[in-house]
Amino acid sequence: MKRHILVVLLSLAVVRVAHAGVLPEDRADVLLHSYDGGGVTIQGPSLLVRKQFAQKFSVSANHYVDKVNSASIDVVTTASPYEEERTQHSVGLDYLHDRWMMNIGFTNSEENDYTADTFSFGISQDIFGDLTTVSLGYSLGNDTVGRRGDANFSEDTQRQNYRLGVSQILTKNLMVGVSFETITDEGFLNNPYRQVRYLDPTTPQGYSYEREVYPRTRSSDAGSLRMRYYMPWRAAVHAEYRKYGDTWDIDADTFEIGYTHPIELGWTFDGRFRTYSQTKADFYADLFPRSQYQNFLARDKELSTFASQTIRLGASYDIMRSGWKFVERGTLNVFLDHMMFEYEDFRDLRVTGVPPGTEPLYSFDANVLQFFVSFWF
Amino acid sequence: MLRAFSVLVMTTLVATLAWAATVSGPAPAFTLQSNGGQQVSVASLKGKVVMVNFWATWCVPCRQEMPHLQALYEKYNGLGFELLAVNVEKDNVEGARKWLEETPVTFPVLFDPNNGVTKLYKVQTMPTTVLIGRDGTMRFIHHGYKPGYENDYQTQIRALLRE
Amino acid sequence: MTPTKTLVRAFAVTAAALTLFGCSIEPWVKPYERDRLADPIMSFDRDPVSSAYTGHVYEAREGARGATGAAGGGCGCN
Repeated sequence: MKRHILVVLLSLAVVRVAHAGVLPEDRADVLLHSYDGGGVTIQGPSLLVRKQFAQKFSVSANHYVDKVNSASIDVVTTASPYEEERTQHSVGLDYLHDRWMMNIGFTNSEENDYTADTFSFGISQDIFGDLTTVSLGYSLGNDTVGRRGDANFSEDTQRQNYRLGVSQILTKNLMVGVSFETITDEGFLNNPYRQVRYLDPTTPQGYSYEREVYPRTRSSDAGSLRMRYYMPWRAAVHAEYRKYGDTWDIDADTFEIGYTHPIELGWTFDGRFRTYSQTKADFYADLFPRSQYQNFLARDKELSTFASQTIRLGASYDIMRSGWKFVERGTLNVFLDHMMFEYEDFRDLRVTGVPPGTEPLYSFDANVLQFFVSFWF
Repeated sequence: MLRAFSVLVMTTLVATLAWAATVSGPAPAFTLQSNGGQQVSVASLKGKVVMVNFWATWCVPCRQEMPHLQALYEKYNGLGFELLAVNVEKDNVEGARKWLEETPVTFPVLFDPNNGVTKLYKVQTMPTTVLIGRDGTMRFIHHGYKPGYENDYQTQIRALLRE
Repeated sequence: MTPTKTLVRAFAVTAAALTLFGCSIEPWVKPYERDRLADPIMSFDRDPVSSAYTGHVYEAREGARGATGAAGGGCGCN
């Protein structure tokens, strides 16, 4: 994969055609986000600023916080509710040179038991009279996993992402995009707190817990196709499909469709529907027949067989249309997502007094609210 | 196989190095309505150095370029330099006028809603700027606009004015 | 080689070939016909701060990751 990316990079380097893109616009966004579902609430701000300078560079910076209050299904059945805060900082630099746009970025995420540092690099070029944009990207992440209450516990994990994308203008109303991403992870890949359960007739409830054991590598491939179409009455329809597979045997399909409709008086409405389904990892089980049943054991519902749907309604309002001091224009935005999760092989262990393995299958709903203000200057 | 491919690509690089910003031939004649309500014809400007700039309100580099074109017009109009800004939008005379109120220019803005002139000049990018010499032939063409292009325009205008 | 890897390889070679021969293809959507495509509602990513957050919400709860158009990063959302 790496060699092929190098070849495409080389090819892009030698093609002299019409112009590459324009630097992203200067803007500042203040977002307040809130997630509430499955016993978990997460809130926080996300601030993003982007500014051009020297007519060749665009710098961006993001400050993001998650304040977590977790009484999730895993937490209440095997531990006690906790509060935590995660802070993430990102900086990025875009460089426009002739026909190329290059970007580098660095992200650091910190919480009391996990540190993640990610470096990313990307390059893109417009070809075919600017009808086509080819882009390549690479990210390298180094994480350190800790465990609360265990000062001696420290494990590392490394991630590498390889991205390839092509976006294409097909007609004056239609744009499409194709994208591929391969991700490889190495190191300590599970959650140091989560446990799996196995049948144990010696206990009152019929099952016992032991630590998860994950493989030390994971490699995944994802490919997606998306399109955006301009409707004659000034609206946009978009659709996207993604296919995913990895070496843990998880297969997933994502499909999304959405509609954007602006009206007079500066309002724009968005609606979208997304559906996701996945099959379980080959070492996942809700209930293992006995202790140490196989080499790798997982009971993380994220690796189980499940389906989820999300419905979004959004509204944006144009503010400062005639500008204000150095601000050219702005928008006020509210997005509300309703998410529904249904698990096919993960059971709700809050229900007791039934034979192990017959507890009801777990499902939950979540509401995600985003409120943000954007300024362009 | 990929190695051979890379070699092929390198060869093409050498071949395409001849991408030039010069253009030749007589400037195609046209007459368009200006925002002042008059009919402006490029042929009537023979003897002067003419810049024809194709732009649209939805094109960000076009909007960035306008103040620089205004500066060049103010500096060289008295010395025999003319500038015609051709708006290529099919149905947006009102929108263009409104934008010009906020970013006023003193050179004529012409409207080409049927894109006849745009096709005549084989416009490939937005914006496109063509420089025509005193003899009515096309001399330079600029595809797109990037900050710094206005320096090239100035150099070329001065060279053409000296003729 | 997995099917996806074959696809990616074929794609990379095709993309390189197209960039090579693309010089001679005339753009069929003229630049002056791009007004609709330049409309902000046609942007694939109108609000990056929001799409980054939404992407994170999904990635933290799903097994799948990647090919969403974002640069990606890591977090300890375990």
